[in-house]
Amino acid sequence: MIPELGQLALVLALVAALVLGVMPLVGAYRNDAALMRQAGPAAMAQFLLIAFAFGCLVASFVANDFSVVNVATNSNSKLPVQYRVAASWGSHEGSILLWTLVMAVWTVAVALKSRHLPRVLAARVLGVMGLVNVGLLLFVLFTSNPFVRLLPGAPEGRDLNPLLQDPGMVFHPPILYVGYVGFSVAFAFALAALMGGRLDAAWARWSRPWTTAAWCFLTCGIALGSFWAYYELGWGGWWFWDPVENASFMPWLTGTALIHSLAVTEKRGTFKSWTVLLAIMTFSLSLLGTFLVRSGVITSVHAFATDPARGVFILIFLALVIGISLTIFAARAPRVGLGASFSLVSRESMLLGNNILLVVAMAAVLLGTLYPLVLDVLDAGKISVGPPYFDAVFYPLLAPALFLMGVAPLARWQQAPIPELAQRLKWAFAIALIGSIVTPLVLGDWSLLKVSGFLFAFWIVAASATAIVMRLKAAPQRTLWAKLGSNSASYYGMHVAHIGIAAFVFGVTMVKSYDVEKDVRVGIGDSVVAGAYKFDFKSVGDVRGPNYSGMSGRFEVTRDGKPVAQMQPEKRFYSTTKQTMTEAAIDHGLSRDLYVSLGNEIDSKTWEVRVQVKPFINWIWIGCLIMALGGVFAIADRRYHLRRKTAAATAHAPGAATAT
Amino acid sequence: MIALARRAGKLALLLAMILCTPLLPGGSALAQTGTYNPETPADPATEARLKALSLELRCLVCQNQTIADSNADLAVDLRRIVRSQILEGKSDREIKEYLVARYGDFVLYKPPVQGNTTLLWFGPFALLLGGAGVWWLLSRKRSLAHAEAALSPDDEQKAKSLLDKD
Repeated sequence: MIPELGQLALVLALVAALVLGVMPLVGAYRNDAALMRQAGPAAMAQFLLIAFAFGCLVASFVANDFSVVNVATNSNSKLPVQYRVAASWGSHEGSILLWTLVMAVWTVAVALKSRHLPRVLAARVLGVMGLVNVGLLLFVLFTSNPFVRLLPGAPEGRDLNPLLQDPGMVFHPPILYVGYVGFSVAFAFALAALMGGRLDAAWARWSRPWTTAAWCFLTCGIALGSFWAYYELGWGGWWFWDPVENASFMPWLTGTALIHSLAVTEKRGTFKSWTVLLAIMTFSLSLLGTFLVRSGVITSVHAFATDPARGVFILIFLALVIGISLTIFAARAPRVGLGASFSLVSRESMLLGNNILLVVAMAAVLLGTLYPLVLDVLDAGKISVGPPYFDAVFYPLLAPALFLMGVAPLARWQQAPIPELAQRLKWAFAIALIGSIVTPLVLGDWSLLKVSGFLFAFWIVAASATAIVMRLKAAPQRTLWAKLGSNSASYYGMHVAHIGIAAFVFGVTMVKSYDVEKDVRVGIGDSVVAGAYKFDFKSVGDVRGPNYSGMSGRFEVTRDGKPVAQMQPEKRFYSTTKQTMTEAAIDHGLSRDLYVSLGNEIDSKTWEVRVQVKPFINWIWIGCLIMALGGVFAIADRRYHLRRKTAAATAHAPGAATAT
Repeated sequence: MIALARRAGKLALLLAMILCTPLLPGGSALAQTGTYNPETPADPATEARLKALSLELRCLVCQNQTIADSNADLAVDLRRIVRSQILEGKSDREIKEYLVARYGDFVLYKPPVQGNTTLLWFGPFALLLGGAGVWWLLSRKRSLAHAEAALSPDDEQKAKSLLDKD
C-alpha cells in the first residue's frame, strides 16, 4: 500500500510541476498577476508531494518490504537501519528521486525567499525550475520508477553494496546533490533575466547568494566523497580522476568561474553574457554528470545502472535544456550590451583570465573523461585515461590560476598599473619564494614540483594577508575592531575561500611529496618501520558484524619508543553479496595520518600489509571546508539582506512589477 | 546513442564476469619467473620505480583503479611482474611495452601520444591557446572601448577648443 501511495504522490507531483512550469511563465508573458501567483502554492505542493513519495520509499526500505524491486535489490533485513534509510538513494531509481526532491526543496526555498523580488522575475525563475523538474519527474516515472513491485515478493533482499555501507553514504549523496541541483537556481535566474531582456546588477545580486550556497554544498559534497574514498576503498588514495568524480568536479570548476563572473557583473556591470553562459554551462554539466553516472555509460564504482532507455532519456533531456537555453541566449544576448570597459591589466581582465582557465580546465577534464568512450564507440582503439594524464594536463592550467588568485584581489578595477601592483605584492612574493625554497630543504628532498606547490600555497596566503592589511591601514576608523568592521563579510569570505585553496594546495603538495608507503609481508610479532613510526604487528582475531564476518589485525604504533596509536585494520567478508572488503585503520592527525590496511593472508601467522604515513593529508579536506566557510561568509553579507528590504519596498511600489 | 550504451553495457557485463570469477590462487605461475623472489620488497630504488610505474598502470579487473591503489589479485601479480622486470634490469619503457603487448593500450593510464590520442594530448593546450586568444581579444576590445570612451569625439572637440584658446 505504501509504495502505491508514493507512486500516486509522484504522479500528482508531476501535475504540480507542470502547473509550476507553465502558469507562472504564461502569466509573466501576459503580465497576468493571477497566473503568476500560482507559482508559490505550486512549488509548495510539488515539494510536499515529492517529500511524501520519498518518505514512502524510505518507509519501504525501513520496513524491509522485499515485494518492492528496488528494496529487494538494494537492501537486506540484516542491514542496520541507518543504511536501510541510506539505501533508498543507493540505487539509481532512489537517487534520481532524491534529485527531484532536492530540486523541489530549492524551488520552495526560492519561492519563500523571492517575495521581495519583482513579481515577473520571480515567476520566471520558479517557472523555469518547474519545467526542469517536469523533465526529472517524467524520467522517474517512465524509466526509473522506484516503486515497481516484485510479485511474489522476495523472501530476502540482495543487500546494499558493502562499499556503500558507511556513514559516508548517509551524508555524501544528499550534500552533493544539494550542490549539483542548487546550480539550477543560478540557471533559472539567468534564463529568467534573459527572457526579461534585462541583465543588470540587481539580477546578479539576487543570483549570487544562491549560486554561492550551491557552490558551498558542492564543495563539501566533493570533499566528503574524496574523504570517504580515502578511508573506505582501503588503499590510501583520495582522488582517482574517476569519471564519477570528474562528473562532480566539472560543475565545480565552472561554478567557481560563475561565482567570480557574477561578482564582476554585480560590481562593474560587465561580463553579463559570459555570466549567463557560465550559469547555463554549470547546470548543464550537473545534468551531464547525472547522465554519465546514471546511464551506466561509464562503469565505475558508482555507476550501477546499465539501461540504454535511461541514457537516451537523459541525453534528450540534456539536449533540450542546453538547446533551449542557448537559443534564448542567442536571441537575447545581442541586447545585453557590453558594460563598462577595462584595460588589459585590471581586476576585470584577471578575473576573465581566471574564468577562462577554469573553463579550459573543465574542458580538459571533459575531454579526458569522454575520450576513451568516444574511441571505443568509433572502434578506434581501447585506451585508458587516468591520473597521470589529468595530472600532466591539469597542473599547467591550474598554476597560472593560482598565481592570479594572489594578484587579482589587490588589483584595481578598470586599470591596475603593473608597477603599483608589483610594489604592493613584492613582500608577499618574497615571503612565498623564501618559504617555498626553505620548506623542502628543511623536510629534505628538494624538487621543482615541491617548490612550486609550496610557492603557490604560501603566495596565496601572503597575498591575501597583504590585501587585508592594506585595507585595514587605509580604513579611516581608529580602532582595529572598527577597521575590521569596515569591510564587508563577503570581502573576508573571498579571502577565507582563497586561503582554503592554499591549505588544499599545501596538503596536496605534502602528500604527493612526502608520503611513505610500505607494502610488506609481516608475521605476527614482527614490525614495519615507515618514516619515524614503528608498527608492531601484535595479533589477528575474528570479528563479526550484523551482515559480515572477518579478521581484524592489531598493530601498536610507536615513535621513538613512545606509544602513538593502536590500530585495528579489518578484512571483512559480506555474506549476502559475497564481497571481501578492506577496512583500513587510520589514525588521523593534523600533521599526518597513519594508515594500515590488511592485504591477503599468506598463512595463519603472516599477512600482506600496507603501511602508510601521509603527511598533512587532512589539510586537503580541511582546505575544502575552509573554502565552503568562505562561501558562508559571502552569503552572510549584510548587503544582500539590507538591499533585500529596499528591493521589497520598491517591489510593492506601484508599477514595480513591470520594471523588470 | 543506444549502440553506445549497449556497448558500455557489454563492457560492464564482461567486467562483472571477470570480477565474479573466482580468481586462481595468487597467480603463482607468474610470480615464479626469475631466480630471485619477486614477492618481497627489493631495495628502495627499485621500490620507488615500482611505485612510480604502478601509478601509471591500470588494474584491468578493477573499476578504474591503478595497480598501486588496488589489491586485487591481478594488481598484486602485475606489481610482482613489474618488480621482477625492474630487477632484471629492464627500462620503464621496456616494461610498459611488455605490458602493452600483453594487455593493449588499455593498461596504460597515461595513454601514449599516437594517432588516436592526438586530440586528447593536444586538445587541452589548443583550448588554452584559444582561451588565451579569447582573453586577449576581449580585454583588448574592452580597453579599446575604454580608450575610445576616454576620447570621444565630443571630448576631442572640447580638448581642441581648450587648446585653441591657449
